[in-house]
Amino acid sequence: MSYYFTILSPTDTPIFNIAFGTSKGGGDGIARFRFPDTAQYMNQFIIHSSLDILEEAQWTNGGMYLKHIDTYPPAAAYISAFLTPSGARFLLLHQPPQLPTSGSSSVLGGSSLLGSSGSTTRASSSSVAANPTSPQTEEAVRQFMNEVYESYVKTAMSPFYKQGMEIRSPVFRTKITAAGKKWL
Amino acid sequence: MSATKASRIGEEIWKTRIDKVNAELVTLTYGTIVAQLCQDYNSDYQEVNKQLEKMGHNIGMRLIEDFLAKSGVGRCANFRETADMIAKVGFKIFLNVAPTVTNWTSDNNQFSLIFDENPLADFVELPDDGRAQDELWFSNILCGVLRGALEMVQMQIEAHFVSDVLRGDDTTEMRVSLVRYIEDEMPPEEE
Repeated sequence: MSYYFTILSPTDTPIFNIAFGTSKGGGDGIARFRFPDTAQYMNQFIIHSSLDILEEAQWTNGGMYLKHIDTYPPAAAYISAFLTPSGARFLLLHQPPQLPTSGSSSVLGGSSLLGSSGSTTRASSSSVAANPTSPQTEEAVRQFMNEVYESYVKTAMSPFYKQGMEIRSPVFRTKITAAGKKWL
Repeated sequence: MSATKASRIGEEIWKTRIDKVNAELVTLTYGTIVAQLCQDYNSDYQEVNKQLEKMGHNIGMRLIEDFLAKSGVGRCANFRETADMIAKVGFKIFLNVAPTVTNWTSDNNQFSLIFDENPLADFVELPDDGRAQDELWFSNILCGVLRGALEMVQMQIEAHFVSDVLRGDDTTEMRVSLVRYIEDEMPPEEE
């Protein structure tokens, strides 16, 4: 599973983004998206195109974590969202690894035969990563989002950080990477 | 007076005679002041340090009165005792931290205060402009407070930070040196 995570300020400015891969089930934490490296902007397209749906979804329940809100089937990309009360939005795009045999929906099969970019063994299919809409995944993403939220609040409290400014803090990035490693 | 006795006094006063305020109020207020100074002086951090020290000096000159009134402690016999009084009573009752007094020079005129925690610097990350990490002493106001306070009780000292966890150092350390005892007949120095 590969992840692309973005934070949008209340005024729709992207203030932080990071790409990473799963660390569960032997994953090495490196993102391998289905797009070629030259087309990584597709992640941004997909993730930002879910904003309209997010705006509808945000009133459907009182929670801050909105779970999985959008899917982009051509790229098998799933978007989960988290809202802070002040209007910042955390969006997480997850994309399961391409299965070796096309059309096979059996997520239980081993997927170690993947050809692309000489990867080592992929995440085993029974892990959090395999099924983006399972309750386990929802829960893992929730934990991840909460941890990000905590770090975000601390960063926003720094006197040298202005609201809506890009988050450049290396400490914050380290914390997000760690949270990704821990939960996803 | 021993350091443990000073700790006890500090603890006692902190518990019974001090009005508490929310820590975040202090942190955010102080952080805003520093950030604003950095902006006003166009990130001339040397100047910001100096201004913070000056503000602290003004605070210290008043604070000493409050400190003596609240603590009711008498004159310190020597500079070592003064150091314990600052660390275990002064910092304790005003900031609820008790820095460690250490690294004395053999003539007992210089010591270090090691801060395990610093309520002024919670949440803070220094600006990443490549200079703040080397030039700005974020909590420099504390140096001024000590200088101002001790000046009012006839001690001329010099205080500066030598390391700060905000800069990536392992500890936050302030170096305090006694310059001289100001004789009674001399008026306090004005800068």
